[in-house]
Amino acid sequence: MFIEELLPAFLTGGVICAIAQVLIDKTALTPARIVVLFVVVGVVLTALGLYQPLVDFGGAGATVPIMGFGYLLANGVKEAVIQDGLLGVLTGGATAAAAGISAAVVFGWLASVTARPKAK
Amino acid sequence: MEMTKKQYKDYVKQVSPASPLVADMARAFVSGGLICTVGQVFSLLYRSMGLSQQTAGTLTSVTMIFLGALLTALNVYDDLARFSGAGTVIPITGFANSVASPAMEFRSEGLILGVGAKMFTVAGPVLVYGILSSAAYGLILWILQRM
Repeated sequence: MFIEELLPAFLTGGVICAIAQVLIDKTALTPARIVVLFVVVGVVLTALGLYQPLVDFGGAGATVPIMGFGYLLANGVKEAVIQDGLLGVLTGGATAAAAGISAAVVFGWLASVTARPKAK
Repeated sequence: MEMTKKQYKDYVKQVSPASPLVADMARAFVSGGLICTVGQVFSLLYRSMGLSQQTAGTLTSVTMIFLGALLTALNVYDDLARFSGAGTVIPITGFANSVASPAMEFRSEGLILGVGAKMFTVAGPVLVYGILSSAAYGLILWILQRM
């Protein structure tokens, strides 16, 4: 495993998270709102062709942050619309995100039945 | 002791020192960067096993979501988040945490109306507006194709 394959991921992911931190500290936006904002920004940047270069450079540094979820949704929709036409508008996004959503449901549910939250 | 979210927020505010922006950013940068580096390691690992870029990417997401849920179940993720701020919120592990955390918290209200109903109280908006904006993009794309 080479440093040149890991460093861009570290830098890209780090910068994206640092930007979010500025929004948390300097605006009235709650983290929950910022996450929603970042997903939508991910969709928009992907639609404009601006996110792909970031993914090419940073790899997981661009796909692991929640903007990458928007990237996944937008690419899924694009492929589906090209292939299936209008129906792709409704099938593309969720199809591309299916594994992530299902994983969150399955692992989240398992966490709830196997673990107890720490008393705060 | 049970606390409401507001009480807890006030408590955290009270016990944590006034944190300057640069220090917050540095912690978010390092922690977020490290989480993404872990993702990159898994991605390279799956690629080296001969999986396609797409399959390796999907598997990486699933792995990171698993780790986020696991660290939440072990009650570790909240401690990490207190230090890291956005560094643990923005990566997909934070999405997993935002699903697992209310699921665990509302387990006492039952599997259906507790776990089932409350699981997406925080993560739901991400899906709603993510899918909504992707559908809008798809519609625009479809119209442009026809022009």
